Formats: sequence, C-alpha cells, structure tokens
Amino acid sequence: MRTNDVMLQTATKVVTFIILMFAVHIFFAGHYTPGGGFVGGLLTTSAIVLLMLAFDIETVKKILPLNYVTMTAIGLLLALATAAASIIFDVPFFTHAYDYFDLPLFGKTSLHSAMLFDAGVYLVVVGVTMTIIQTIGEDE
Amino acid sequence: MSFVFLIFLPLLAALFIPLLFKKVGKIHTGWFVLVVPVALFIYYLSLLPTTIDGGNLVSEFQWIPSLDIAFVAYIDGLSLLFTLLITGIGALVVLYSIFYLDKHREQLHNFYVYLLMFMTAMLGIVQSDHLITLYLFWELTSISSFLLIGYWYTRDRSRFGALKSMMITVFGGLMMLGGFVLLSIMGDTYSIRELIPQAAELATHDFFIWALVLVLFGAFTKSAQFPFYIWLPDAMEAPTPVSAYLHSATMVKAGLYLVARLTPIFALSGTWMWLVAGVGLFTMFWGSFFALKQKDLKGILAFSTVSQLGLIMSLLGASAAGYHIDNIAETTFKYAGFAAIFHLINHAVFKGSLFMIAGIVDHETGTRDIRKLGGLMGLMPISFTVAMIGAFSMAGLPPFGGFLSKEMFLTAMLSLTEFDLFSMDVWGVLFPIVAWLGSVFTFIYSFYFVFHTFAGKHKPEELPKPAHEAPIGMLISPIFLALLVIVIFFIPNRVGDWLVKPAVMAIQPFLYNSPSEVDVHVSAWHGFNTELFMTLGIFAVGGLMFWTLHKWQKSYDRFPDSVSLNALYDNLMFMSDTGANRFSKLYMTGFIRSYLVYMFSFVVIIVLGTLFLTESFAFDVTNLAPIGFYEIVILLALVGSTLTILFSKSRLTAIIALGAVGYSVALFFVIFRAPDLALTQLVIETISVALFLLAFYHLPQISRKEERMRFRLGNALIALGVGVTMTLVALSAHSQKFLPSISEFYKETVYSEAGGGNIVNVILVDYRGFDTLFEIAVLGIAGIGIITMIKLRMTKKEGQHENK
Repeated sequence: MRTNDVMLQTATKVVTFIILMFAVHIFFAGHYTPGGGFVGGLLTTSAIVLLMLAFDIETVKKILPLNYVTMTAIGLLLALATAAASIIFDVPFFTHAYDYFDLPLFGKTSLHSAMLFDAGVYLVVVGVTMTIIQTIGEDE
Repeated sequence: MSFVFLIFLPLLAALFIPLLFKKVGKIHTGWFVLVVPVALFIYYLSLLPTTIDGGNLVSEFQWIPSLDIAFVAYIDGLSLLFTLLITGIGALVVLYSIFYLDKHREQLHNFYVYLLMFMTAMLGIVQSDHLITLYLFWELTSISSFLLIGYWYTRDRSRFGALKSMMITVFGGLMMLGGFVLLSIMGDTYSIRELIPQAAELATHDFFIWALVLVLFGAFTKSAQFPFYIWLPDAMEAPTPVSAYLHSATMVKAGLYLVARLTPIFALSGTWMWLVAGVGLFTMFWGSFFALKQKDLKGILAFSTVSQLGLIMSLLGASAAGYHIDNIAETTFKYAGFAAIFHLINHAVFKGSLFMIAGIVDHETGTRDIRKLGGLMGLMPISFTVAMIGAFSMAGLPPFGGFLSKEMFLTAMLSLTEFDLFSMDVWGVLFPIVAWLGSVFTFIYSFYFVFHTFAGKHKPEELPKPAHEAPIGMLISPIFLALLVIVIFFIPNRVGDWLVKPAVMAIQPFLYNSPSEVDVHVSAWHGFNTELFMTLGIFAVGGLMFWTLHKWQKSYDRFPDSVSLNALYDNLMFMSDTGANRFSKLYMTGFIRSYLVYMFSFVVIIVLGTLFLTESFAFDVTNLAPIGFYEIVILLALVGSTLTILFSKSRLTAIIALGAVGYSVALFFVIFRAPDLALTQLVIETISVALFLLAFYHLPQISRKEERMRFRLGNALIALGVGVTMTLVALSAHSQKFLPSISEFYKETVYSEAGGGNIVNVILVDYRGFDTLFEIAVLGIAGIGIITMIKLRMTKKEGQHENK
C-alpha cells in the first residue's frame, strides 16, 4: 500500500536533522540544564523512527547501516568502563572526575567523566529501542 | 612477592586462548596452555623449603574492604601439597590432552578456557584463608566442572551428567556457605587461621553442630561421599583428560582438603569424628562393592575413585581421635593423619595414570566396554604395563606406593578399636572389619580392570577400530605417573618429610610444633602383625573371588535399578520439574491481562493493608497549592482520553487516545516545572505510540462484530482499588513529612560535590549511577530477549542434538 506522502517525506528530510541536532544539544547540555543521555537517546530514536515512517525500513537501513545490537554492547561497555576506570586511580568504583579546560573554539569548557557514562546510556537507549523497533518492524 | 595474584594467572591466560586457537591453528593450542601449569609448578616448588620446616607464607589482596572480604593466599604444608598436585597433575593432563584431543575436530578453545578457569578455582580453594573467597572458588570449580563435563554438549548423556554434578555440588556448596556464615558469626572472623585458636570456645556454641553438619554437606557432595556420590559416575561423560584431572586427582579432593583444613576447628566433637570416619568408610566399602557391577572402564574407575575418596575421608575422621589422646607420639593414633595425606598423594598418582590408560584404550580401540575388550596385552604392551602398575598400587600390592598407605590405613582403622570415647569402644570394632571388606573388593576390581581389558581373548570383531599402541606423546604422562608410583615405594620417607608431615601439621596443629615432630616412619616391613595378616587375607580372599568372578558377577544385576539412589535423583528432578510446571500453569495463563490483575490486586492489598494496620493515613490540606484553570483543563483531557480508550471500537483510536493520556501527563509536568520529566515523557509517548503502531500487525484481530464491553465486577473493583490506593498514598505522603525532603541535600551538593547543575541528570549519572548502570543492563537484556523471541523462533523442533 503506497500512499502519496511527498509532503511527509519532504518535511522529514528537514525535520530529522533538526531533531538530531536538538538531541545532540540536549545530550551535552544534560549536566547543567534539562536533558541528558536518556532523553538524548530517545530523541535520536524518534528521529530515526520518523525516517522509518516517512520512508521504509529498508531505505533507512541503507541510510544508516548501523548494527544496533553492537551499539548496545558498546554503550554498556562504555558505561561500565567509565565506572570501573576509577579503580585505576585508587578511588572507589564509580567516582567521577571533572574539571574545567580551555579548549580552542569552545573556550572555557567543563569536561566531566559523567559525560562518558552518559554517552554509554545514550548508546544503549538508541541501540535497544532501535533493536526493538527494527526487529518487530521487520518481522512479517 | 605477592603470590596471591598467581592464583589468577590461569584465568588471565585463558583470555588469550581463543585468540591463539583462531590465529595459530597450526600448533595445537594445548602447547601454549602447558606453559601455565609448568611455570606455576616450578614456582611453587621453590616454596617447598619453607613449608618443610613448618613455616608458612601469607599474601593478601583486599577485594571488598567495606565487607571485610579479601583474597588471602595462605601457603602451609597442606595447601602447598594440594597446589603442587593441581599444577603438577595439571601439567601432565594438559600434555596428555594435546594428543588426546584432535586439533581439527575439537573446540579446543572452549576446552582449555574451562580447564584454566578450573585451575584458578582450584588453586583458590586450597590457598584461600578467607571463608567467603574460598566459597567463591568452590562454586567456580562446580561451574567449570559443569562446563567440562558438558564439553561434548551435543550428547544427551553429557548434558545430563553435567547438570547432575552441578545440582549436587552446588547444593552442597550452598549448605557449606551456611556453615561458613555460622562459623564467622561464632568466631567473629572470616579467617580460618583466626578461627582455629578459638576451637575450644566454638565447640560450646549453640551453632556449632549446625555449622559442622552444613560444612560437611559441602565436603561430602564435592568429594562424592555416600549418598551424594551418584554424580561422579555420570561425570565420566567428560573427555578423559578432564576425568583424570578433575574427577580423580583434584576437584573431588577439594572436599578432603576442606575436611583436613577444618579438622582443628571441629575435631573436638564426637559427631564430627563419627560422621567423617563413618560416612567415609561406608563410602569406601560401597564404592568398591559396586565398582564390580560396572561394564564401562571409566565407570569402574569412577566407583573406585568414590571408594578411595571414602578411604581418605575415613582416615581424616580417624585423625580427629588424636585430639583426645595424650602423648599421641607413643600410640598408633598418630598414623591416621599421616596415612590420609600419604594415600591422597598415592591416589592422585596411580588414579591419574589409570584414567589416562582408560582414555588411551578408548582412543585406540573405540570402546570402553569391558565386555568387548580383552587380550590387548600383546597389542598395547606399554599401556598394559602402566595399567598394571597403577592397578596393583590401588590393590595394595608391593612394591608400589599404594601398598604402604594401605598398610597404614589398616593400622589406623585398628587403632580406632582402642579408642574409648563417643561409644567407639562398642562400635569401633566395625571399622577394621568394613575396611577389610572394602579392601577385598578394591583388590578384585583392580584386577578386574587390568585383566579383563588386557588379558583374556582378543575380540577384534567387536572393536570399532583395530587396536594398536598409542602414540608416544600420549604415553608420556601415564608412564611418568607409573614411575612415580614405584619411586614412592622406595623413598616413602623422603615423600613423608617433604610433603606429608608439613601437611599433617595443618591437620593437627595443636599436637606438633614442627613437622619433624610427626613421629611416623614408613617402612614396607613391620614384622608379623595384625595388619600384615589382614593384607595377606585380602590377597587370598580377593584372589579367590577374582578367580571366580564370572560366576557371581551376574548377581549384581539382581539389584533393581528402580530403588537405587540414581532413581531417587531422577525422580526428584522429574517431580520438581513437572511439579513446578504444574504449579506455574495454575496461574500463568499467558494473557498479560491476567497478570495485571494479579499485580494490581496485590498492590492494593499490600499498600492498603499497610496503611490501615499502621494507621498511617492522614489528611491535611493546609499545604496544598491552589488548583488553577490549566490543571482542570488537562485533567478533563486526561479523563476524557482514558474513557476513550475503554469505550473505543477500534484499536487505532485506543492507541491514539493512550498517546493523548501520556501527553496530558507530560503537560502536568510542564505546569509543575519539571522540564526533564516532561521532555522524557513526551519523547517516550511519541516512540511508544510508534511502536504500538508497528506491533499492530501482530496483535490478534478484534472481531468485526463489536461485542459489547462486558462489565466485569472484579476488574472494576481492582481498578477502583488502585485509584483509591494511589490517592490515599499521595495525600498521606504529602500530609505528613517526618523527614526533610532529600531535594535540599541535592540542591546543596549538586555543584560542590558532583560538579553539575541539573539535579535530575546528576542523580542519574552520579548519585545513583549504580541504578542507571543496572537499568541499562536490563534494557540491553530486554533487547536481546525481543530479538530471541522474534528472530530466533524455532519453526519446529529441529534435530539439533544428536543422541549418542
């Protein structure tokens, strides 16, 4: 059943990027203003889902040839590794470190190991939700 | 040097094994593995001079300091002896396995990873001074044994045997953990070394007897004592190197180690002595008696191992007598402890070689069925010689090591008749009698094993493969062990001074100040005494009975299988399986709506019940915010869309209405200024509606003719109950605040402690990072679950498993 969805497709091409940019923004902003890895991940997923609704799963797979199961695994490992890294510095498991750095382009920036952990969360959320959606969607 | 880390060396090496197997396929992976036990053996050998003088070494590594859990490697005579056995026999077994397991056909990486894992576990058991880590390693041996028995996992028998051993040993392990916990409560320490000096106070404690019995459960299940031995014969499905290593030389001796190690704590109790000596001796007789029923070469060896373990166990029990005797050096009670350790060494050596020979016979003829074998003497002369040496040592013939320890065993059993505590003076006379009977059967099955395999008529037509001698590589390890058997006979006192006496010190630390005080001299000739006549009797009766074996062996088949311990195990497993299944089926309908009914009714009952019982309901409106216009509008939308879900005729409408409910809640969050929640809720609603639409295809059809929603009183009551409960809880929670809100704490520390600004997110990644870590793990598991349910659905029962 193909319907005429030119409008949806055209809008999607623009909107997807806006959502993705917003997702990235929200992910990085999470530590100081509303947002974080979880919401960021969900927003990213929703962008991909929008693509899937406008086009179809096969097309989206070609656009984003990602293995979401691997992505989940990488996310879990990243989160665990961040938490475990503190052991090397002889502080209890899950102690975060943070400081301010002067980076080119960004200026004075706060870098925080919690961000790495959050990146793990982000990857797991995207990975799992997309795995679920893709497996259910492909199963005919 | 912190040798506590050496325990983990095999585990570390295991990480590289799969890589080596994949990348360096030309060289048998076993050669790389071999390096590990050899290196460890050489290192531990260098510690020997310390323990010979009765010294000990301790190396510690804090693991969980807050719970007082640490890895403590404690090397004394006993643990070093076991360590050397583990690494030494381990090296020989790995060498043997290189020729036994084909590098092209077998999944060597699995095999060696499990084997190395086992090595770490076993080293951990014998070196741990800390009860909790000892338990950890204990269970790790059960797990690696499970994996190794099930190594040929396509065979039904392998999986059955693996599960059986796991069930029994893990059951025992859990019991033992209970015993350990009781011990640590009584002595207020986890350290065995610190518990031992408290032995006298511990013995009067209320928990003492419980701890004793529970610990023995662990030791008896692991060391295959009656009635738990039934897992060991089934464990013979493992590849033969594994049987030689785990199921005769090392793992099954973990129970003996534990009993030996804890003897100083428990020996004052008569229960301990009776249980350990009695069960051990009965097992010795039982195992040797039923070994003759077996038709499988490895089956015979399995029962023989059960029997020999029982023998050592009974000696350890008898060694407890030494705690009640003054001036032990002048009595015959001093022999039991020495004999236990001495026989343990002998057994590891000769049984290892016998298992390897059984493997060779299997490998070169294609069968282990003793009825098909025979006459291999001429075809496999070297194997025959090795088998003969091993079996004669087991039977207790001179000039082999087993003769010496068997004599001492009889001495120790005879000494029990002179013991006058714990009603031993009445029943003690049973010990030498049962010991003698067991020895007679040991003699017969040893001969049965060798001569029915190697002597008699060769039956080439019954063998799957034409028999021939094994390649030399495979013979190196058994020949080496056989030589040791003879060497031990000629230098027993060297072995005694170096290995046995330091270990005896650990069993009876109160009695001796240094290993040299253990006044036992081993000699092959004691003059004409009771032991010698008993031995001669064993040879005579055993020889006669072996001669007439074909006449009476059939009578074993009269024992009905349905009343055996195995049948009991099978029935228990069957009952727990089907019983649990039936019970679950009573309430597991497969409909999520039924489950929701259970869950919500329990929530209502529990929460409302608590509210009323504790009279904690309170109602206070003074602090409430005024209800504004927006709240009312959203509330109406919320209620409206909820009702739409209930009464809508099409599923699509219901799904969209469900989305509307979610969005209204999100709006509430916006109004109450919780941007994080609102944001998350909005995205979640969007995605879950999309998901719902995707899953639409899979949902069962709602019938075209819309049947009227029937009114169900039960469901209505539950719905009402949940609503009321939530309202009451919310109101009460708001009306009475005993504690200040935790948000103040977060507000104060979010920047100073965590360096963040957004409390919600900082809670997620920092304050409660553990929760998040586990949540994403659960999320990952859920993803895997959905893939398996959808992608890997088996269309029909495929014949994946060949049944051999």
